[in-house]
Amino acid sequence: MPAVRETVDRVRQIDVDRYKYGFATDIESEKAPKGLSEDTVRFISKKKNEPAWMLEWRLTAFRRWLTLKEPTWARVSYPKIDFQDMYYFAAPKAGASYESLDEVPTEILETYEKLGVPLREREVLLGIEPKSPGVAVDAVFDSVSVATTFREELAKAGVLFMPISEAIHKHPEIVRKYLGSVVPITDNFFATLNSAVFSDGSFVYVPEGVRCPMELSTYFRINERNTGQFERTLIIAEKGAYVSYLEGCTAPMRDENQLHAAVVELVALDDAEIKYSTVQNWYPGDKDGLGGIYNFVTKRGDCRGARSKISWTQVETGSAITWKYPSCILRGDGSVGEFFSIAVSNGHQQVDSGTKMTHLGKNTKSRIVSKGIAAGQSSNTYRGLVSAHRKATNVRNYTVCDSLLIGDRSGAHTIPYIEAKNSAVVFEHEATTSKIGDDQLFYCLQRGISEEEAVALIVNGFVREVIQQLPMEFAVEAQKLIGVSLEGSVG
Amino acid sequence: MIVLLEVKNLHVKVGDGGRQILRGVDLTIDSGEVHAIMGPNGSGKSTLAHVLAGKQGYDVTDGTVLFDGNDLLALKPDERAATGVFLAFQYPVEIPGVAGITFLKTALNSQRKARGEAELTTPDFMRLIKEASVRLHMTPEMLRRPVNTGFSGGEKKRNEILQMALLEPRLAILDETDSGLDIDALRIVSRGVNALRNQDRGMLVITHYQRLLNHIVPDKVHVMSAGRIVRSSGKELALELEEHGYAAYDVHAA
Amino acid sequence: MSAEPRSMKTEAEQGLAQQFIAARDDLPGSPAVAERRDAAFALFERLGLPHRRIEAWKYTDLRARMRKALPIAPTPSVDQVERTLAASSTFADLDHYRLVLADGYFQEPLSDREAMLAEGIEIATLVEFLGSDGTSSVEALHDPEGAGGDAMIALNAALASDGVVIRMPDGCLPSKPIEIVHVSTVGTPASAWFTRSVATIGAGAKARLLVSHVGPDGVAYRSNSFVAVDMAEAAEIAFVDLQSEGDAAQHVTTFSAELAKESKLRHLSVASGAALSRLQGFVTIKGERADLSVSGANMLSRSQHGDITWRIDHAVPGATSRVLYKSAVADTAFGAFQGLILVRAGAPKTDGKMMTRTLLLSDEAQFAAKPELEIYADDVQCGHGATIGKIDETALFYLMSRGIPRTDAEALLIRAYLAEALAPIGDKAIAASLEPILAAWPEQRAL
Repeated sequence: MPAVRETVDRVRQIDVDRYKYGFATDIESEKAPKGLSEDTVRFISKKKNEPAWMLEWRLTAFRRWLTLKEPTWARVSYPKIDFQDMYYFAAPKAGASYESLDEVPTEILETYEKLGVPLREREVLLGIEPKSPGVAVDAVFDSVSVATTFREELAKAGVLFMPISEAIHKHPEIVRKYLGSVVPITDNFFATLNSAVFSDGSFVYVPEGVRCPMELSTYFRINERNTGQFERTLIIAEKGAYVSYLEGCTAPMRDENQLHAAVVELVALDDAEIKYSTVQNWYPGDKDGLGGIYNFVTKRGDCRGARSKISWTQVETGSAITWKYPSCILRGDGSVGEFFSIAVSNGHQQVDSGTKMTHLGKNTKSRIVSKGIAAGQSSNTYRGLVSAHRKATNVRNYTVCDSLLIGDRSGAHTIPYIEAKNSAVVFEHEATTSKIGDDQLFYCLQRGISEEEAVALIVNGFVREVIQQLPMEFAVEAQKLIGVSLEGSVG
Repeated sequence: MIVLLEVKNLHVKVGDGGRQILRGVDLTIDSGEVHAIMGPNGSGKSTLAHVLAGKQGYDVTDGTVLFDGNDLLALKPDERAATGVFLAFQYPVEIPGVAGITFLKTALNSQRKARGEAELTTPDFMRLIKEASVRLHMTPEMLRRPVNTGFSGGEKKRNEILQMALLEPRLAILDETDSGLDIDALRIVSRGVNALRNQDRGMLVITHYQRLLNHIVPDKVHVMSAGRIVRSSGKELALELEEHGYAAYDVHAA
Repeated sequence: MSAEPRSMKTEAEQGLAQQFIAARDDLPGSPAVAERRDAAFALFERLGLPHRRIEAWKYTDLRARMRKALPIAPTPSVDQVERTLAASSTFADLDHYRLVLADGYFQEPLSDREAMLAEGIEIATLVEFLGSDGTSSVEALHDPEGAGGDAMIALNAALASDGVVIRMPDGCLPSKPIEIVHVSTVGTPASAWFTRSVATIGAGAKARLLVSHVGPDGVAYRSNSFVAVDMAEAAEIAFVDLQSEGDAAQHVTTFSAELAKESKLRHLSVASGAALSRLQGFVTIKGERADLSVSGANMLSRSQHGDITWRIDHAVPGATSRVLYKSAVADTAFGAFQGLILVRAGAPKTDGKMMTRTLLLSDEAQFAAKPELEIYADDVQCGHGATIGKIDETALFYLMSRGIPRTDAEALLIRAYLAEALAPIGDKAIAASLEPILAAWPEQRAL
């Protein structure tokens, strides 16, 4: 298979620190003063020229945040974060928003080109894969959304896809109605922090009955030093609407840790479906565990309407620490939640990730497929909660959590909570932890496949069920990433 | 005709200072020959197959194995495969999530690359696989399924022979290929194997029963017992064993 | 023992502190033991009663459920004990030795100490053991490995009034199973007791240990028992924990075991009593190729609350552990199962599997499962599974179509479901003696 071939070739090309997205873009930027106070919040709000209600919302969150303690229950350890020793807002200097691509500084365009993100619609339209329906991209550079492609085409379908900072101005009625309705500003330490200081992010609104004509995508890039990134994404699918949304993330190699505390809220009304895919490849730190992104993210979908469906797919290969639990609140009767995850950890990475499936409505179903791969000296934890509430009858969950250990210095942990509060449930959970089977390896070797290639092959097989959930272009990319992430762990 | 495989005085223990399984095996296979090794359970037949293919967990304590005049034991399993040693497994291994076609193509191109040959293009590969699978009554659908996963016993064995046909080994070792096969499957598999007999290729057929040797007629038959080849003769030996059993060779009892 | 008092002590915690001060001088033990008790109580004071924020007690909030401290039980009369024992025969059809602990005190006249000594099994009471000098006596009050500051274990160490200390020599093969009965007699007002028992099993010894808990219905007494088993090389133990406490009781029991090389432990718990029950087990596998099986049948009805929590620590290579729990939860009862398989970096070739299966028999029944894997060695085969669901309608229909009324059919299926947990004990006589409890439960429930 070409993908495997390429994975292996790619692995060979990569330098020791194996992170090819580690370059920094040299561009002057404008930052909020270092540290966090009400003034910082006001500064950000003012920079964005926000209406009073938005500032008020932020300040409420900020005051709440002051009363909260950083959570410690996750199986991750890191030195205490000094929240006063970082910047909460950074924007490329030329201006915090751009009317068209021509205004975007060349350096940024070049950055995205290097990353392989098709910013120029022209390129995509003339593109290498002419049959591809195209992917509309919103690119977030540090704190600011720099470009949203395919906007006109989407507008024809009635789909709104724009930076959330713009939506606050253009569609305040929608934003006010839904922002914080899934992840309330009081939710948790990092989400509350995000509510106070979020700088930008994507906004998607798919009107009733509309099937979004193309994949929507956001590409996140942290560039600045000492800067936290706090993006906020809000996706609403009205009755009967459908949207598939992808996000990718990278950051330069830096030897300090940088905080990424995003919030993603999804709302699916009656019969709507949202498919949300992530390929997370933030800088994981070097081979000694120096630097890397702290990825503390709150993602939650609300299946608010009957028969709605929210499906999370994530491929997590980056970050020094990942702390994220994309979840579904299955509120509408007959709604469906899905979570497909691949979490790869190597070097000194720490992953504590999983999902919550909260069954509130009748006849709701959920499915969890989690594949963890732990190599190097990393720690890889699946943590999940499946619960059925008293009135949620005829509920089903099926969970599979498999962990693969490569090398004997890593740890793989599985911590599921399964809670049934009425008898009309069927909950099934299965988990396994093992290494790559000696028999499997020998079988491949006996057919002439080298050990490194055999491991790549078996790993690809191990994660296949999840990879299949991703849109084609992402699937190939994700498979490559997994190969690259595991480089140096075999043999 | 040249000497393909030369096993001399091979002594093998199971790993970590365990039991002695092979106690001085001598065996020479010339190109073009099909040899059968028969013997009671536990006599060391499968161990010999595993050691020739380079499986971990065995300790060669004495003896040599030359393949084409070169020291086979010095090579890693994948290198042995690339030089032309193929083992059809008694229990073919399931590899979840990896499509059969992907597996085959990776294997074939790995071997070609190791031998300094050009890798096959996808259309060429597909053509090859199509021809081979028709002969073994395998559908394209079976090859799209993950390797051996959810296969019946017969399907797994047919898949082994298909791999052998594509990889074109110099020496094919068939480890209890007849086990778990009904008569129809046995016929298909045997036909597949016979089609691969030629002047350049040697085969070592390991079996407990004579039945398989009605279909794959050997040039020589060896009896293995307690880790040694205790008797070698022509194909008629198989019939004799079928009639009288292995009792005469049961050195364990002594 | 002057640990910083927590700012907000509950009434029960304050009561316990007063009791400890009052009882302190009368508790059995050498000065070293007294010191140990002080340290244990200081730990308890620091921790307070377990509550939901304590992960190991997530599903059993004793701070909320133990509102007030109960007085410590006085020594009962033999007469009282006999009456209670007669009303609740355990292992009646099984010929066995018996050691009786009533309201926290060893009952010599009712125990078979002499007969056991004749088989080479030494029995001391905890009072005797703690009274002696030397350090080994303090050992009996130590925390199990891996319990890591458990408030209820600390409370047990501080307040244990008695127990049995069993020493089985190398190669000992007792002819009969040995039962330690924990009896609660009717006390007015309801009281609390604490016992601690220790069994040391010599190399190659093979024995069956039965631990039972019985008491009267309608009395809200509290029992806190602790049993530790220390197994030498190639020792084999079949261990049963039978919990048939009175229906208003609050029952906390701790089991702890250390397994040496090639030893074999089969632990079976059968629980149907108490208003609130918690069984917590801590097993540390310290010897290669040790073999552990833990299984249980858990029956909860009315408003019962039952919590089973296991921690299995694989510290050495090549050991096997199997866990199988079957629970049936009816009415408005709540059940929880937590189980951790920990495989340390030095424990490759570990084979650990855990399964918890639960039947919910009414709309308001609740169950929570938290099976955990914590694995630091790569060459392992570990897994767990959990299912929660209702009774299989197809099977029910099949039985009914053969003329069996619904309630009978249900009872039959529940019994069969639970009975699967009996097999791993690997002892037919023991399984047979427990079978009637599983059979009776669905019928009692239907009443």
